[in-house]
Formats: sequence, structure tokens, C-alpha cells
Amino acid sequence: MCLGIPGRVLRWLDRSELMAEAEIDFDGVRKRCPMACVPDADVGDYVLIHAGIAISKLDRSPEDFYRIETQP
Amino acid sequence: MPDELSCPMPQSLDAECVTLAYGEGGRLSRRLVQERLLPRFGNPELSALGDAAVLTTSGRVAFTTDSYTVTPLFFPGGDIGRLAVYGTVNDLAVSGATPRWLSLSLMIEEGLTWTSLDRVLDSIQVAAKEADVLIVTGDTKVVPRGAVDQLFITTAGIGEFKSAVPDGPAALQPGDVILVSGPIGQHGAAILCAREDLGFEPPPLSDCANLAPAFHHMQCQNLTPRAARDATRGGVAAVLHEWSTVCGLGIDLEEQQLPVGNEVSAVCELLGLDPLFLACEGTFVAACPEDRVNEMLTNLHKFPVTQNACVIGRVVPARPVAVCVRRAAGRMMPLDEPAGSPLPRIC
Amino acid sequence: MDVCGGQTHNLLRHGIENALSDCIELIHGPGCPVCVTPAAVIDRAIELALTHKVTLATFGDMLRVPGQSGSLLQTRARGGAVRTIYCPTQAVQLAQRHPDQQVVLLAIGFETTAPSTALAVLQAEDQRLTNFSVLAHHVRVEPAMRVLAADPGRRLQGFLAAGHVCTVTGYHELESLAQDFKLPVTVTGFEPLDLADGLLGCVQQLEQGRAVVENCYPRSVRREGNSAALRLLERVFAPDDLAWRGFGVIPQGGFVLRQKYEMYDAERRFDAVKHSGSPESRADHHCAAVLSGRMKPCACPLFGQACTPDFPQGAPMVSSEGACAAYFRYTGGPALR
Repeated sequence: MCLGIPGRVLRWLDRSELMAEAEIDFDGVRKRCPMACVPDADVGDYVLIHAGIAISKLDRSPEDFYRIETQP
Repeated sequence: MPDELSCPMPQSLDAECVTLAYGEGGRLSRRLVQERLLPRFGNPELSALGDAAVLTTSGRVAFTTDSYTVTPLFFPGGDIGRLAVYGTVNDLAVSGATPRWLSLSLMIEEGLTWTSLDRVLDSIQVAAKEADVLIVTGDTKVVPRGAVDQLFITTAGIGEFKSAVPDGPAALQPGDVILVSGPIGQHGAAILCAREDLGFEPPPLSDCANLAPAFHHMQCQNLTPRAARDATRGGVAAVLHEWSTVCGLGIDLEEQQLPVGNEVSAVCELLGLDPLFLACEGTFVAACPEDRVNEMLTNLHKFPVTQNACVIGRVVPARPVAVCVRRAAGRMMPLDEPAGSPLPRIC
Repeated sequence: MDVCGGQTHNLLRHGIENALSDCIELIHGPGCPVCVTPAAVIDRAIELALTHKVTLATFGDMLRVPGQSGSLLQTRARGGAVRTIYCPTQAVQLAQRHPDQQVVLLAIGFETTAPSTALAVLQAEDQRLTNFSVLAHHVRVEPAMRVLAADPGRRLQGFLAAGHVCTVTGYHELESLAQDFKLPVTVTGFEPLDLADGLLGCVQQLEQGRAVVENCYPRSVRREGNSAALRLLERVFAPDDLAWRGFGVIPQGGFVLRQKYEMYDAERRFDAVKHSGSPESRADHHCAAVLSGRMKPCACPLFGQACTPDFPQGAPMVSSEGACAAYFRYTGGPALR
């Protein structure tokens, strides 16, 4: 579906099954997000946030991708 | 049977919260004015407590009014009191006038704590002093629970014209440059995050600030813009649509040039919002001829509140679509007129 | 066909549709869960708020969608407790903080969002909350794609599959779709490069006479999807037939709560009057044609006249992702026709 924003896992706050939560970094702005869908994400991994929840791990940093995009 | 006798009457609610009695015009109302308002705002006009303030002006005046109903009352970067002063001061300033006098109307919901009210009044005092305006008249009402949301404030302001005044959007011409005085969408983002308790660290800060000194300085350097507007509800998008309608010309923006703070950017991305539609409270939009822009920016950069002023677009000849934005991928695409408040979306 | 509303939005916003207009025609599919949520669901939500006095927690997207008895925004004006949330677990927190209020989560969206609703239900169960329930209408994309592919009058020659749906579900289910209907399918993301990649993939397959599923969004999508998300989803929901606004009932087109979680079904809890499907309005008929790609928004007789973003007649104009709203925005409405 639609809005999915990449963020970087800064630190885990809760690793229980249902209340799993991590602090996610969005280019300097931090927010706690539920992580029940990505229980095996490591600190430093990028995840995709949709409707406030991490729904997937990304396999590389968004910066890699956008660097390619902005080359002339 | 207890040895001591204790009074069966409950501790007075008055001690903690404003009650209806304080708005009824009698002894308690007078107490409120004497104890809380006069000490903070005291000046000869106000202290006279007449039905009207008598002022002497030096010529034509600007006159404006606004009501402030923001929730929550206190938010990162400001509060309703600071907003009520600077909002009206800024309207006068961008109209080209020097703000001088304000009226202050308070509508207090019964049950508001004295602590909260005092905090707001302190804020008004600080802001009015900083802006060098006098609060010369006012009104206080206390209304039943639910009639207002905690506290509504209305301020009206009078300013005097001492320098050249912006002509207004009707004078815009193709080739004129559009600039903003600072990062956009701060206030709207701050309020949204505070109201919904969204948990961003650091939270977006409202840009609530006094624009008068920076604007006045420009005027003194003969750099009065052709048009200037405080970008409040509806954000920069609302101002530009209005200008386009008045002058009948088009306006083009460059997305790459829009100044957006980190926190605002993150909030907008996550919630699917466009910073062009979010309210500002210490940021103005201005239009000026191309040959004056650099000087204008140099002047604005001298003041902290406008140190990030920059060009964001230009006025173009008339065409069917009012406002366009050149998006990241290089295409000039139409920008909606804001309709209703921006809603966070998942889709 | 670009299946997802977010893809439509960006194809227009970045001018990709314009740039390709002389060689590729883009049909915008029904990938906007707001647009395909039946009016009856909105009406049920309104009834819960006004008659049963629940606190209705909803995404902002749904606030302006018209049902038969108005929109949720109007309901708020009429005294209904309608709260905007941006995350389903917020509704659980709301229920926790206000044990005296019944909180109902209006849960719409595709497989992208459904796992989050499932998580909310599981959290409520774990916390033994008795004041939380969901009015769920989660839809499944692949069955709708099948309906579109099977349409004898279809003009589409390839699919840009929804990248974020596939992030959750994977794309192995799409392989039989590509094979059965001989249609190239590219799993496509949302940034301009992603969209271009997806389009290129489809065109190349057509030129080479191939019809397979190609993953053009590998940084987010894996063939098997996200197993943790799917496990949550499957614990709480089961696939079932479901009505899509403008399509009628699509077999296996959505999810229902499993029996174990029926107590969290707001409809059961509040005995909401079963709206047996509101009669189709004149607008609905046109909306259906737009949603299925049979008609372009600008060809609708109501577009830009009776139906504008300020006065929407149907969901595709209300939702900022709806094909009609996207068109109106990026083509300047009737002004540029």
C-alpha cells in the first residue's frame, strides 16, 4: 500500500512478543515504534514504517538508493 | 468522637480553579483584575479601568484582531498567551505598522486552574514587554464548563504607520521574487504533535515569535516588500493562493528551496503531510522585485527570527493554474489550495 | 495498471504519467483502501459513534469519506467522539487510559495495515481489555487483481503490483496470476526511480513476450514476504469473501476475525443494525468504473462539476490517494481540460 517511510533502529526498548518496541531514527528525529513485525531487526538496521509500525526490514540504507537517484 | 472539631465545609474550590463567580462583574471579578491583570500589565491607561482606553496617535493607524483557541494551551515553543500577543503584533508589522497598543479579552472555562491562567498571563506579560506594546483595555469572562475549551483569547491591536507600507498583492508583477522569512510549517507540526502526543524526540517547536523588529528594520532601509503576509492557518500555500487570486498572476515554487526543519520534515513524511499547508506563527511570506532580493535577505539575516530567510519562488504571468511547485523529479506540478486542516494519513 | 493509490499519487506528482503519455497509458487501479471501503462500513462507524456513544478511533484518511449519513468529520460536529489516530496500537492505549469508554478501531487497509490491526487485537487480549473492539474491513489485493485480469473487456496489459502490500505478503501468490492470465507483473515501489523501474520491467516483458513476476523493489520485498507480520495476521484474521465499494463481493477479497477473536468484533458487540448494503448512488456507479480502470477520472460526468475535492460525491475524490483527487490536483481540475 502506500506511505512507508524508512528509519534506522537506534536501540531496542522492549523485546517481548506483543509489546516489542524500538527507538527509530528518522534523520535526526527519534520516535518509538512497535516492532512486533520485525523481531529480528538489529540496531543499525533500516526498517520500513507504515501506520506508525515497522512492517519490514530494508536490505540497505535509503541513502545508498537516493545517491543513485540524484546523480545526473 | 474526635477531640478536635473540624469544619464540615469542603476546601474551597476557588483556591485551585477559576469559578463562574469571577466572571460575574462583582467583587471577585474586580479581585481578578486587581490581583492578576493590573500587576502584570499595569500602565496608566489600563489602571484607569475606564470603559475605553483613550489613545493619541500620530496619524493613520492599522487595526487588526484575532482570536486564539489553540489546544493544548502549552506546547513546545510557546503557549496561547505568547501566541495571542505575537499573532496580532505580527499582523500589524507585516502591514507596515509599528505595533503600539493591544486589547486583551479572556474567555475562561470554569475549572481552569489558577496555575494555568497565571502561566498564560505571565507569558502575555513577557511577550508584550518584548514587543514593546501596551495592553490598554480588556475584558474577562468566565463561562460554564464546556462553553469554551479551557481558554480562548482575543486580542485586537493598533499600530502606527511610520514608514513605507507594502502595496499588497494587487501590485505583484511577473518576475517578482517570493521569499519566506524562515522554516515553514513549524507551528502546525508542533501543535499536531503536542495535541496527539506523538512522541517525536526532539519535538517540532512552534516558530511563535515577534517579526516586528526584523520587518521594521527592512522598512527603514527602504526595502519594504511589495506584499507581505504572516503565514498562519493554511500555511504558505494559503497565502500564495490568495495572492494569486488577487493579482491574477501565477506563482511558481521550487521544492528544493523550501526551508523545512528536520523535525517538521520527519513528522510530515511519517504522517503524509505537506509542510506548505501547515500553519506558521513567526514566519512571513513576502514578494519583492528581483533587484531588491539580495539586500532584503542580507537585512533579514541579521535577526535571529529571520536568519534563515530565503527565496522560494517567483511570480509568473497569468495562467489557469494558480500555484505550482517544481517537485524533486523536475516537473512543475499544481499545488492544491488548502481545504480544511491537514489530516495525518496512512495511505 | 498501477494497483496502489500511493503509486498513482507519485506517478502524477512527479509527472511520470505525463512524460510517458504518448507511449504508455496508465490505468489507475483500485489500490486505495479508503476508496473501496463500502459506504455501509462508514455508516456503521457513524452509528457506533452517535447511537452507541463509543469513541471511534480512525485514520485521518477516512474522516471525509461520505457514507449515506454523512462523513465521520460531520459526525464529530454532531457530537460523536471521533478520534484521529495514526497507528492502530494507539487505539489500544486509548482504551487502557479510558476504561470507562468503549473504544472502537475503524480498521481499514490492505495486507500492509492488517498485521498492525492484528497486533492491536492481540495486545488488547493480552491486557484483558473489555472496552476495545474493531470495526474491521481489511481487503486483500491479489483477488481484486484477479477480478480485473479476468474481465473480458480488460485493456490492461501488465500490473505494477503494490510494493508495500508485497513487503508483507511476498509475491509468490502473484506467480499464478501472471501465468494464468499471461500478464507481466512487476512488484513496484513508490519513489520516481522505483516507478520507472517497474514500468520498464513490464514493457520489457511485453516486448519479449514474457509474463512472470519480477521484483523491482528488492530492498523491501522478498518472495516469501515478512513471516513475522504474516504470523500475526494469520493468528487473528482469516481470508473470506468481502465487499469492495464499486466491485461488489470479491471471493476471498478480504479478512474476517477468527472465531477466537470474535469478541473483539465491534459489530457483534454493539449489535449494530446490519446495513444490507446501501443502494448504489449514481455517483457509486461512476466510482466503480474509475476504480476498476474502465473510466478515467476526467471522463466521469461529475468530475470537476458536481464532484470536486471540496464537495466529493464519492470516495475516489475524497481520498487524497483516490484516482479522482490525484487527477484533480495534478491536472488542475477543469481549468486545464
